[in-house]
Amino acid sequence: MPAERLLPTTEAEDLIALVREIARDELKPRAAEAEEHERFPRDVFRLLGKSGLLALPYPEEFGGGEQPYEVYLQALEEIASAWMSVAVGTSVHVMSAYPLATFGTPEQRERWLPELLEGDLLGGYALSETHAGSDAGALSTRAVLDGDSYVVNGTKAWITHAGVADFYTLMARTSEKDISCFLAPSGSGITAAAPERKMGLTGSVTAQLVFEDARVPADRLIGAEGDGLKIALDALNSGRLGIAACAVGLAQAALDEAVAYAKQRTQFGKPIIEFQGLEFLLADMAAGVESARATYLEAARRRDRGVPFQRQASIAKLVATDMAMKVTTDAVQVLGGAGYTRDFPVERYMREAKVLQIFEGTNQIQRLVIGRALRKL
Amino acid sequence: MNIVVLVKQVPDTWSERKLTDADHTLDRESADAVLDEINERAVEEALLLKEAHGGEVTVIAMGPGRATDAIRKALSMGADKAVHVSDDALHGSDVIATAKVLAKAIGTVEGFDLVIAGNEATDGRAGAIPAILAEILGLPQVTQLRKVTVEGTTVKGERETEEGVAHLEASLPAIVSVTEKINEPRYPSFKGIMAAKKKPVTTLTVADLGVDAGEVGLGGAWSGVIEASPKPPRSAGQRIDDEGVGGSKIAEYLVGQKLI
Ligand SMILES: Cc1cc2nc3c(=O)[nH]c(=O)nc-3n(C[C@H](O)[C@H](O)[C@H](O)COP(=O)(O)OP(=O)(O)OC[C@H]3O[C@@H](n4cnc5c(N)ncnc54)[C@H](O)[C@@H]3O)c2cc1C
Ligand SMILES: Cc1cc2nc3c(=O)[nH]c(=O)nc-3n(C[C@H](O)[C@H](O)[C@H](O)COP(=O)(O)OP(=O)(O)OC[C@H]3O[C@@H](n4cnc5c(N)ncnc54)[C@H](O)[C@@H]3O)c2cc1C
Repeated sequence: MPAERLLPTTEAEDLIALVREIARDELKPRAAEAEEHERFPRDVFRLLGKSGLLALPYPEEFGGGEQPYEVYLQALEEIASAWMSVAVGTSVHVMSAYPLATFGTPEQRERWLPELLEGDLLGGYALSETHAGSDAGALSTRAVLDGDSYVVNGTKAWITHAGVADFYTLMARTSEKDISCFLAPSGSGITAAAPERKMGLTGSVTAQLVFEDARVPADRLIGAEGDGLKIALDALNSGRLGIAACAVGLAQAALDEAVAYAKQRTQFGKPIIEFQGLEFLLADMAAGVESARATYLEAARRRDRGVPFQRQASIAKLVATDMAMKVTTDAVQVLGGAGYTRDFPVERYMREAKVLQIFEGTNQIQRLVIGRALRKL
Repeated sequence: MNIVVLVKQVPDTWSERKLTDADHTLDRESADAVLDEINERAVEEALLLKEAHGGEVTVIAMGPGRATDAIRKALSMGADKAVHVSDDALHGSDVIATAKVLAKAIGTVEGFDLVIAGNEATDGRAGAIPAILAEILGLPQVTQLRKVTVEGTTVKGERETEEGVAHLEASLPAIVSVTEKINEPRYPSFKGIMAAKKKPVTTLTVADLGVDAGEVGLGGAWSGVIEASPKPPRSAGQRIDDEGVGGSKIAEYLVGQKLI
């Protein structure tokens, strides 16, 4: 059953209808096989790009959809219900365009934002390093100014779209104390290592990204030297809302599978949904999905109104991803032995849910952010 | 080229479709309403012709208030403007009344060259509107096409039947209908969705079209549905386990059913 949504405008309704149609016809039918064979669906991103779905929250004048987060995130949630790797990729792309869109000079935006938003290009976000995960500020990739370009050396880790992206939003150290943000086009001096062999999200590429004397033109510095970590964390604040929406979409898909199965599977002479023990499990799953949706939408509405939303974004990410882990695990339970096989999608959903608790700030880091905010109250 | 596309809003084929108990007309509230898929293809074909020859695409829909959703979908795909015929008097119209109204509505589009319809609506399935329209408008009809091209003032088409492929042509203006083989319709883009909001939609009543309300609707219908019942569920079927003679058992069954 599709989620029931209260949308603010007719265009938002038409947008969700479009996303559902693409999800039903182009994403859902292909997801299981591509995930099993670990195939990254670059063509799907071209379709989403052409349809304007990779640029929803950005200004119309640069080719964006000018949608509030309240709407963009619900579209993202619908994508996640059909194919998680594609939703995460969409969220990462949107986040990779964020520093330029938010901190770029008018000239930089005019020059590069349209091509990032038109849909042909795909972005990556390169912050983490092997020794600098939760402690991102410890990163050691260096960018040294040499004439009219920066020379970058170092290795980024865990980079979604490494090797398949057309540009990377890169955080690198420009001095002992300064981290700076760059919009680095893919190209010479930048190579991707072999993809990580992950437990889920196998349709998405995650790999180390190696910079060897890679030259990034100096006019591609976003913000001032030293602004990089602030920009990176700001981007993650919004990115987290994307991950929360992905989590809700995934959990909705798991719930839908579980309900459909419980209605048609009979034991002891009746459909198993008629056993209250199981029905209550499904009821708790539904309650989890809908309350997590309400939580991320509340944070999104704060963002759309321009009021602080950092604490709410962390709460949404924490609540939604923990919920998705629980709901997908319970979905496997509802399907019994069938749920534990690859003939049904719920075991995959469960594997996909796990990473949501880890990336874009582990859930421990979310608690840390929330706790810090409480201390300041 | 000035192209008119006839688009109908129908209950989603993915959802359960029902008739109302009151008058046996389609229960439009019980199912999601969508732009008929065959009409998405008709719009696509019009857009392709426009891209090749220039011109304008006008969509015409006859249907209740919420048919505006289907119209917006066509506009967001790229059609330029729309005419929406909406009038309570139209409820229950039969094929002849529908065609009469559509003919008048087509007449409001000045200097049209080509009218494109689906070969058959997925709900009513009369498969008759294009032919009746051609008769009323006195125009050539080239129907059931899997391919359409326009050269100068001639429209050419391929009609696929069980017997073979017929190559047809007619001079413009003409009415064509297309089958599901004609093309793969494009998805609208979000830009298209935003642009659709600003495109002109003219809403007309039967009076605006100079049609007598008594001629249309349930009252004006030449035939009516007296009773309707859902299709009985399929029976369980017969299971044949192959123990070496499965083939001949299946043959026996088919002979028994007079199928071979
Ligand atoms: C599939 C995938 C895709 C990714 N995509 C990207 C990407 O596109 N770009 C990018 O830059 N990064 C990406 N990452 C990296 C991701 O953001 C990091 O994995 C994450 O930030 C955690 O860092 P870590 O793996 O080094 O774990 P660590 O930081 O080593 O954490 C290990 C454990 O210690 C806990 N911990 C650490 N510090 C504290 C603390 N202060 N208090 C309490 N507990 C703590 C953590 O919560 C965790 O449980 C991706 C990761 C994965 C798995
Ligand atoms: C429940 C039910 C009961 C019915 N009872 C009767 C009855 O008793 N007697 C009777 O004669 N008919 C009856 N009809 C048929 C109904 O009147 C037709 O649905 C309608 O008149 C149009 O025919 P069609 O949609 O089957 O057209 P088709 O000829 O199958 O449609 C072909 C194409 O014509 C165009 N078109 C058709 N309708 C429209 C429209 N409204 N707006 C724009 N374009 C359109 C579209 O391009 C479509 O693809 C009934 C239909 C239903 C669903």
